Amino acid sequence: MKRLLTLAIMFAAACAAATAQQRGGQSPAVQDTLIRNATVLTVSHGTLERTDLLLRGGKIAAVGQNLKAPDGARVIDGTGKYVLPGIIDAHSHSMMDGSVNECTRSVTSMVTTRDILNPTAVNIYRELAGGTTAALLLHGSCNSIGGLSTTVKFKWGHPAADFPVLGAPPGIKFALGENPKRSNFNIPGLQPRYPATRMGVEETIRDAFTRARDYKKDWDDYRAATSRGEKNLIPPRRDLELDPLVEILEGKRYVHSHCYRADEILMLINIADEFGFKVRTFQHVLEGYKVAAEIARHGAGASTFTDFWGYKMEAYDAIAYNAAVLVRHGIVTSVNSDSDERARRLNIEAAKTMRYGGLTEEEALKLVTLNPAIQLGIDKRTGSIDVGKDADVVVWSAHPFSVYAHPEQTFVDGELLFDRQADIARRPQLEAERKALEAADANRAPASGGTPPRTPPSVRRAYTDDDDVQDVQEDNQR
Amino acid sequence: MKTLRLSSLTRALVAFVVCALPLSARAQDTDRADSSMTNTPPPTYVIRGAHVVTVSGADIDNATVVISGGRISAVGTNVNAPAGAQVIDASGLWVYPGMIDVGTNMGLAEVPSVGATMDTQELGDMNPNVAAVWAINPSSSHIAVTRVEGVTSVLSMPSGGTISGQAAFINLAGSSPREMAVVPDAALVVNFPALGGGGGFAAFQLAQQGITQDALTTRDRRVDELRRMFRDAEAYGRAQDAYAKDPKSVPRPSTDLKLAALVPYARGERPVVFRAERERDIRGVVRFAEDLKLKPVIIGGSEAGKAAQFLKEHNVPVILDSVLNLPLREDDAYDSLFENASKLQAAGVRFCISTGDSGAHVRDLPFNAGMAAAYGLPKTEALKSVTLYPAQILGVADRVGSVEQGKLANLVVTDGDILEPRTHIRHLFINGRQIPLTSRHTMLYDQFKDRQ
Repeated sequence: MKRLLTLAIMFAAACAAATAQQRGGQSPAVQDTLIRNATVLTVSHGTLERTDLLLRGGKIAAVGQNLKAPDGARVIDGTGKYVLPGIIDAHSHSMMDGSVNECTRSVTSMVTTRDILNPTAVNIYRELAGGTTAALLLHGSCNSIGGLSTTVKFKWGHPAADFPVLGAPPGIKFALGENPKRSNFNIPGLQPRYPATRMGVEETIRDAFTRARDYKKDWDDYRAATSRGEKNLIPPRRDLELDPLVEILEGKRYVHSHCYRADEILMLINIADEFGFKVRTFQHVLEGYKVAAEIARHGAGASTFTDFWGYKMEAYDAIAYNAAVLVRHGIVTSVNSDSDERARRLNIEAAKTMRYGGLTEEEALKLVTLNPAIQLGIDKRTGSIDVGKDADVVVWSAHPFSVYAHPEQTFVDGELLFDRQADIARRPQLEAERKALEAADANRAPASGGTPPRTPPSVRRAYTDDDDVQDVQEDNQR
Repeated sequence: MKTLRLSSLTRALVAFVVCALPLSARAQDTDRADSSMTNTPPPTYVIRGAHVVTVSGADIDNATVVISGGRISAVGTNVNAPAGAQVIDASGLWVYPGMIDVGTNMGLAEVPSVGATMDTQELGDMNPNVAAVWAINPSSSHIAVTRVEGVTSVLSMPSGGTISGQAAFINLAGSSPREMAVVPDAALVVNFPALGGGGGFAAFQLAQQGITQDALTTRDRRVDELRRMFRDAEAYGRAQDAYAKDPKSVPRPSTDLKLAALVPYARGERPVVFRAERERDIRGVVRFAEDLKLKPVIIGGSEAGKAAQFLKEHNVPVILDSVLNLPLREDDAYDSLFENASKLQAAGVRFCISTGDSGAHVRDLPFNAGMAAAYGLPKTEALKSVTLYPAQILGVADRVGSVEQGKLANLVVTDGDILEPRTHIRHLFINGRQIPLTSRHTMLYDQFKDRQ
């Protein structure tokens, strides 16, 4: 823990220094911005043509015509450009340093993703460059009940502590089906782990909530007795595994459950109904279209891929019409990435739902903005262009549902964290720096006489749930 | 082992003969309800009033396209409709050539996590005599899912070892691989020996070791082995020719199926598709192929933009299947792979765009090309990069890739720009036959969409 703390402090210091450098020693106060004469896709109240947008004090201060630029404000000519709220990715593993799976047991509600945020992960920047400004960082899908999630904004250049969204309801990852039962991970020498069937997954979750209910009762009894004035009582032993489950039972923690098949979706609804909690979102939920009515009746949200399918058996009945069916059943639905790569083009993933299933533009826009904000409980702050909300906005070169569009600028809390022209302008300098580094002896190829380099650290690719196989293989080799 | 090889030779010969037969001479299979699975004589269609994007020439507004005998028999504004043709009113709609993805494993892969459904990678390192056309599953659910989004032809490639085998250029309709095949042995696929890359355990090991002298030596040795294989094939071809010319005095060379399969590629008669991502490997492929007088095509090409001038000088085309990949290096520009295509185009390098997907996501081909266009590639070039250019690079542009008289009628009728995600596909023709816009996905959708 001490080591972690030291590391965190070092990170924070390094990041603060880097940020100061980027800002050229300017005051850390966020510069105001006026975007003029753009097409504004508000998501909450339609499309506004030839409209100005004022970002002030980190908030959307005004939306309207002929707005005046405050002194010192940055002014952007939005003529021909489109403004969309920052995209929110309701299933991400970006900036999670090291493995996203604590895989040694099937209930790991005692671990949290908050401990492994890497604010310097370059994919954050790449996602900002694709218009994504916020994400739900989820534990991996190795466990029936996984670790705690973290809702973040991509505050590139800031220390890790600035990333979690203040006031965002806490969450937890559940997982059903092939991943928690370890179906695709038959690696010689690897110990099998319970559960190995969907029956066992059900039993594992039921067992955990049964223990949590008893534990909660112990505490409730203890607190009742204390408040009656009874003295010298011994409090129940704290259980870090069960504490988050009690929060779920009390409606204080959101359950985001990875799932694929219709039967396992119904299974979790059944457990949730029995223990008296709600599933906040079914994640992936690729067969959600088969049981959309039941999901709607339970009151859960759904966060799915538009058309990613067929990569494993439980994804074989996935269809690109899933999101449309879920939306038509009145379910709050989002389209997520689960991939550092796809997170850069969620606009196109949303646009495809107009082709597959015929959603309206407004319905499709909500899939990656307002709906995920609702699912994460941050819709009062972000997810649409409304006065008073956080200034999380993206200026696009064309309509973001056009395949030919790209983001020009991305603002998070009013701060310009991606600017395409500035990025392009910086490239010659980076190229020169790279050349200088490559010429250094330590970096010259051994064949050209350089000293052989030290063993480089392993670099993670973009993570998807299906990387579990590789994780395990690599762990075995270590 | 020996019998196996002999039987594949027999099959290869049969296939060669069958595939060389003209369309009309094909054996008549039993008809099925699905018109994509029949080979009765294709009907005559007239598509009227459409905006035709020919790709090879200028767009033609309010045009008529006539399809007969499986081919495009007329295109233009002043075209007479033959009697008895089925008429499709396409006013307000657009006609495009079917899109082409020349970097897939279509029909060789179904569910990647289920080994029994995978036929992409044969064991062994040098398998020139392994051919995709024998293993493509015409009933793979990927095929209909892909074509209903406007992709009508693909190159289906094996992918294992160093020489992976021979790829087939297929249309995405037909009840057997040979019916689907436009060219059954369209290209040889080679994973050019590289330092790192390729993923999996080997890449992990390399990352642990760093690029050591050992790794360099191993790479060079593997390149030498590959070179020797091509040289042996070339010599084998000459020996066979000499024997054929003068069987009385020249001793009969013993048959070697691997070398026999390699001969046309070693002679530069057919394309060799080399996988290479890094600049050094791309340059390595070009020198290697030039030395051996092969007909090289690069697939991958993540750093092709850095070698654009070199590729132009040596006239080597590139299949970019990495547009949507994350940049190779942490410090690469965030859009380095998005803009790779525009760099090649600006330098005059022949290129095309592919999904590089095993099958399930080949339908995303237009969005790969579109992303390149969002980052500098002209829109018309983006369209060519998934129609005419892949056809040219694979040497099949006389049959597919544009809306021109005489070409196979692989046509897509849309309500807008074919690269845009909001566009809908309205009609589809492959080999001159109208294909229903149904797939496993539309059937599941219809089955469940109204369930309460």
